[in-house]
Amino acid sequence: MDKPASTLTRKAGELMNWVDERLPVTQFYNDHLAKYYAPKNFNFWYYMGSLALLALVMQIVTGIFLTMNYKPSADMAFASVEFIMRDVDFGWLIRYMHSTGASLLFIVVYLHMFRALLYGSHRKPRELLWVIGVFIYLALMAEAFMGYVLPWGQMSYWGAQVIINLFGAIPGIGEPLTEWIRGDYFISDATLNRFFALHVIAIPLALLVLVVLHLAALHQTGSNNPDGIEIKKFKDDKGIPLDGIPFHPYYTVKDIFGVSMFLLIMAFIIFFWPEAGGMFLEPDNFVPADPLVTPIHIKPVWYFTPFYAILKAVPDKLIGVLLMGASVLILFFVPWIDRAPVKSIRYRGLQYKVMLGLFAVAFIRLGMLGMAEGTPNQTIEMRVWTFVYFAFFILLFFLSPKEKTKPVPQRVTH
Amino acid sequence: MKKLHLTLAFCLVTLGFTGGVSGNSEEEHLEHAGINVRDVAAVQRGAKWFVNYCFSCHSAQYMRYNRLSEDLDLGEEAVMQNLVFSGAKIGDTMDIAMKPDQAVRWFGKAPPDLSLVGRSRGADWLFTYLKTFYQDKSGKWNNLTLPNAAMPHVLWQLQGIQKPVYIADGNAQVIGHLELAVEGLQTPEEYEQTVRDLVTFLDYLGEPAKLERKSIGIWVMLFLAVFALLAFALKAEFWRDIH
Repeated sequence: MDKPASTLTRKAGELMNWVDERLPVTQFYNDHLAKYYAPKNFNFWYYMGSLALLALVMQIVTGIFLTMNYKPSADMAFASVEFIMRDVDFGWLIRYMHSTGASLLFIVVYLHMFRALLYGSHRKPRELLWVIGVFIYLALMAEAFMGYVLPWGQMSYWGAQVIINLFGAIPGIGEPLTEWIRGDYFISDATLNRFFALHVIAIPLALLVLVVLHLAALHQTGSNNPDGIEIKKFKDDKGIPLDGIPFHPYYTVKDIFGVSMFLLIMAFIIFFWPEAGGMFLEPDNFVPADPLVTPIHIKPVWYFTPFYAILKAVPDKLIGVLLMGASVLILFFVPWIDRAPVKSIRYRGLQYKVMLGLFAVAFIRLGMLGMAEGTPNQTIEMRVWTFVYFAFFILLFFLSPKEKTKPVPQRVTH
Repeated sequence: MKKLHLTLAFCLVTLGFTGGVSGNSEEEHLEHAGINVRDVAAVQRGAKWFVNYCFSCHSAQYMRYNRLSEDLDLGEEAVMQNLVFSGAKIGDTMDIAMKPDQAVRWFGKAPPDLSLVGRSRGADWLFTYLKTFYQDKSGKWNNLTLPNAAMPHVLWQLQGIQKPVYIADGNAQVIGHLELAVEGLQTPEEYEQTVRDLVTFLDYLGEPAKLERKSIGIWVMLFLAVFALLAFALKAEFWRDIH
């Protein structure tokens, strides 16, 4: 130390030592923040990870407050949501934060996953990081699906009806399986109660464990970067990567800026556009669930519609369900499907750029078509984009090993 | 990087060519309601039409009278005198005396609660619906926007009676437009304003927090904008030593 420490600083140091001997707080702080070295060339896409964590935490916090007034009962659920919207102080704000947050979490997660496809973040040695991420995505889908049932509006009810009936397509065990999921012969109070339990306890717990694993895997290998090269190859004499900078303060201050932009967008939606034109909150869901009246046009919320479109594109129900399942589960295998000699799209051939571009278009387009009513022309288009969606993975598997690539730099470009 | 941008541009062009996906086809026929929910006088007038014409059959079970008095700049006494006809207290929700099973016996279908109709149907639909009642040849009420609805034209004294004018569509006769056959107490312009006020009220009724959230929202956005600027400056300051 340069100058003698004041009594207060000395006392604080002693206290910290006392704690560290019993709980490795300083070590944890260093390992994961102050001495966790991240590549210095992160770009826009690298905001999404911290934003996903923020959005998840917001969902949990707003969810806790919603639970204080929500009533998981078929008779009272709808009314209790309106009670929150009208009679609970700032209940509308908490509810809109939760409903908007759900959609924004999916947007952020989709961008986060696309970032991995851009820069090969799923490739060796980060395969498990990606696989854990896909498990997080599956858990989010289950969480969102069950959460959407809770307001007990028409779309909650009939959306759940359609999705649960998909399991009925499985030969042999289909019917008993749907009864087991619903806990009844039809969607009822029993279904609502168990979905509530799963939505507020089981899946959030699983999500938190998965997020911890995701971060543990990330900090084991270190972050990838837009150049798709390992910064650990070149270290200084202290063993610090030459292209690495401490996560704190550099990326904490950068992520604070990212957070402020994210919150700006979120606030705009919450305060001025909470229904997002019927995309985040659907008009039909402002009508209480009625088992006797089927809405004319049943569709899931936007973040499921790409997969829903794949389901609708296939005339045979069982094959449709299988293809829809495959469209999600195939994500687990991407680290082994993509066998290109380089990771980052910056140094990959035109072939991958076009393929990934078409894949992104297919995903967005399927999402739009999944929301539509389904004219014959739209069905044909859905089939085309479903083909493109799967062709991406199949072509990638066969073409990527021989892909023409560009020379990769030794050090990151900044 | 350039090629990446080209690829992105290519993708956007592809999306552009494949075009939008049309939504609900019937929405194309809806008139634009042109409401302004911040116009307190309009919401007040709408509330008056609502309690006088709709509220005997339709409840607004999630709405409390005292919320009306707060949001519509009306004292509690004014609300009790002008809007509460039953024995309800100021803190009660806007329920009706008619029981659902009675309603089914009388109308064939219980009139729906209207608390959220502004959100489920939308202002334009309600506006068009309330303007497209007509009396068919047998003298029964019907509606162009919601054919064979159970609801009679409650506002007929104000609007008058509309009759359909048929046009040929191939071999079939379809309704081309509606014509005012019997004049009502209001001129067509006055009636349109009445419907607009009523729809303004229903829009407010669907989400009373709407008034509050927009005025709070401006301040939240301003705060976040300043915060984002400061965060950016902080980031730039820290990152000056990264080369």
